[in-house]
Amino acid sequence: MSAAGQDIALKGSRITRFVIYTVLIVFAIFYLLPLYVMLTNSLKPLEEIRGGGMLSLPKVWTLEPWRAAWSHAQIGVSPTGLKPFFINSIMMVVPAVVLSTFMGAMNGYVLTKWSFRGSGVVFGLLLLACFIPFQIVLIPMARILGLIGLAGTTWGLVLVHTIYGLGFTTLFFRNYYAAFPTELVRAAQIDGASFFQIFWRILAPSSAPIVVVTVIWQFTNVWNDFLFGVSFADFDSIPMTVALNNLVNSSTGVKEYNVHFAGAILAALPTLVVYIVSGRYFVRGLMAGAVKG
Amino acid sequence: MRESFQNWLPRLVLAPSFLLILVFVYGFIAYTGYLSMTNSKMLPSYDWVGLANYEKLFRLRHWNTAMKNLAIFGALYIIVSSLLGLLLAILLDQKIRAEGVIRPIYLYPMALSFIVTGTAWKWFLDPGIGLENVMHQWGWESFSFTWIKDRNMAIYTVVIAAVWQSSGFVMAMFLAGLRGVDNEIIKAAQIDGATGFRIYRKIIIPMMRPVFLSAFVVLAHLAIKAYDLVVALTGGGPGRATELPATFMYSYTFTRNQMGVGAASAIIMLMMIFSIIVPYIYSELKSGENR
Repeated sequence: MSAAGQDIALKGSRITRFVIYTVLIVFAIFYLLPLYVMLTNSLKPLEEIRGGGMLSLPKVWTLEPWRAAWSHAQIGVSPTGLKPFFINSIMMVVPAVVLSTFMGAMNGYVLTKWSFRGSGVVFGLLLLACFIPFQIVLIPMARILGLIGLAGTTWGLVLVHTIYGLGFTTLFFRNYYAAFPTELVRAAQIDGASFFQIFWRILAPSSAPIVVVTVIWQFTNVWNDFLFGVSFADFDSIPMTVALNNLVNSSTGVKEYNVHFAGAILAALPTLVVYIVSGRYFVRGLMAGAVKG
Repeated sequence: MRESFQNWLPRLVLAPSFLLILVFVYGFIAYTGYLSMTNSKMLPSYDWVGLANYEKLFRLRHWNTAMKNLAIFGALYIIVSSLLGLLLAILLDQKIRAEGVIRPIYLYPMALSFIVTGTAWKWFLDPGIGLENVMHQWGWESFSFTWIKDRNMAIYTVVIAAVWQSSGFVMAMFLAGLRGVDNEIIKAAQIDGATGFRIYRKIIIPMMRPVFLSAFVVLAHLAIKAYDLVVALTGGGPGRATELPATFMYSYTFTRNQMGVGAASAIIMLMMIFSIIVPYIYSELKSGENR
C-alpha cells in the first residue's frame, strides 16, 4: 500500500496535474465535511445553530454540549448522559474481543498445522457464517438468551459478539498461520513438544501483527454494532450506539443538535482513535476480510 | 495413551467453535426457517402453515416497497462506490505527493458506526439547519435540497451517506490492485506507443476484474444487511419511503407481532446473500487449492 506510484503516471501537462489535485482535494473535503460539521457545531450554543451557519466556526465557544452529552443529557427516560453506556460498551467489547481473538488463534492453528479429515468443512462453515444477515438469528437468539438467563445482560452480548466474530477471527489466523513454516512445527513435534507448547513457544511469539489486525477488526465491529445491542440489551447493558440513537430520537421538544453532535463524536471516538493510531493494521484487516483464499 | 490424546487434542480445541457455529448459526437458520412456516405471532407457535407466510409477504405492499428500495439502494450504492473508488485510486496512483495525508482522510469513515454516520448526515441534509440553510445564507436563495423529507427522493440520501462511508474502502482495494500490476506490462505498452489514458482503458482497468468482483461481493452483502444507517438517517421514513428488508424484518417481528412473516423475510434476505456469497467463497477456496 505504501509503495510509490506506478510509472504510468498519466503524463502530461500542468493542467492535468492541476485537475488531478483539484479532484482529490474536492473529495477530501467531501469526506471531512460531516466530521467538521459535527465538531464545530458541538462547540456552539444551541441558539447559534438555530440561527443557521452550520459551516461557520463557533462565534461563542462552549464545552457545555459535551458536558451535557457525557453526563446529563436525556436518554430514553432518564437524564444520565452517555457515560453509563460508554462504560457498558467497554464492558462488552473487552471480553468479546479477547475471547473471539483467542479462539480464532486456536482455530487457525489447528486448521493449518493439525488439519484432520473434515477440518476443511469446519472452516467452510465458519467462513460462510461471516456473511449471514443477523436478522436470521434474532428470534432464536432472544429465546436462548432468555433460557440461559443472559437476556438483557452484558454477558449475553459478549456471548453473541464472540460467536458471530469467530468466523472472521478464524479466517485471519488461518491465513496468517498458513504462511508459517510447517517444518518448524514438525521438528518441534519430533523433539517431543506438545500441542500447546508448540503453539505458545513457536507460533504465538510471531503472531503480534495478526493479533493486532484481529483485535482492531473485532473492536471496531463490536463497538459499532447496533442491531444486537438494540435487540438484546436492557438499561444495564445498552451499548453506546443504541444510546446515541436514543439520544438523537428521544429528546422531546427541543432538538439539541449540539448535544447530538457531541454525543456522536463520543460514540465515534474510540474507533477513530484506533484508526488514527494504527490505520495501517486497520486497512489490512479490512482487506483480509474482503479478499479470501 | 499420551499419543492418542495428542491426536485428539486438535479436534477437541476446534470442537467448541464448531459446536457454537453449528447451533448458533446453522441451527438458528433452521429454526428461523421452521418458524417462517408456522403462524407465529408475538411468540413462536408450532402450527404449521406451509408457505402461507411467504405468499402473504410477497403480497404485502410494505415488503414490495422494501425490496424496490433495496434494488435502487443496492444498485446505486454498488455502482457509485465502485466507480468512485476506482477513480480516486487511479488519481491517487499518479505519484501524488500528499498521498499519505489524503488516503487516511478517504478511509476514516469506515471506522465509524453507521449510527454516527446517519446522525451526521441527518442534520447535514436537514433543510432547516443543514446544507439548504447554509446556501440560503450564502445568498443562493433559490437553492433547494429537501430530499431527506421527500418520499420519492429520501432513498437517495441513504445512498449518499452509504457511499460516503464505504467508497474510501473500495478505493483502498483498487489502490492495492493497481500497485500489484506488473510494471513490465505497462512498459511494453508504452514502448508500443500507448498513452496514459489508453493504457488504463485497455490494459489496467480490465486487469482489475478480481477487485471489481471482491468489491461487488462486499458491497452487495453490506447493502442487503443495511439496517443501522436507515434507522439513524431516516428511521425508515418519511412514511415508509426508505424501508429496507432489514428494517421490515425488525418491525414485523418485534413491533407488529407477525413473527412468522418476519422470519420469512429473514429467510429471503439470507437467500439473497447466499446466492452471492456461496459461489464467491467456493471459487476463492478452489483457486486457493490450485495455487
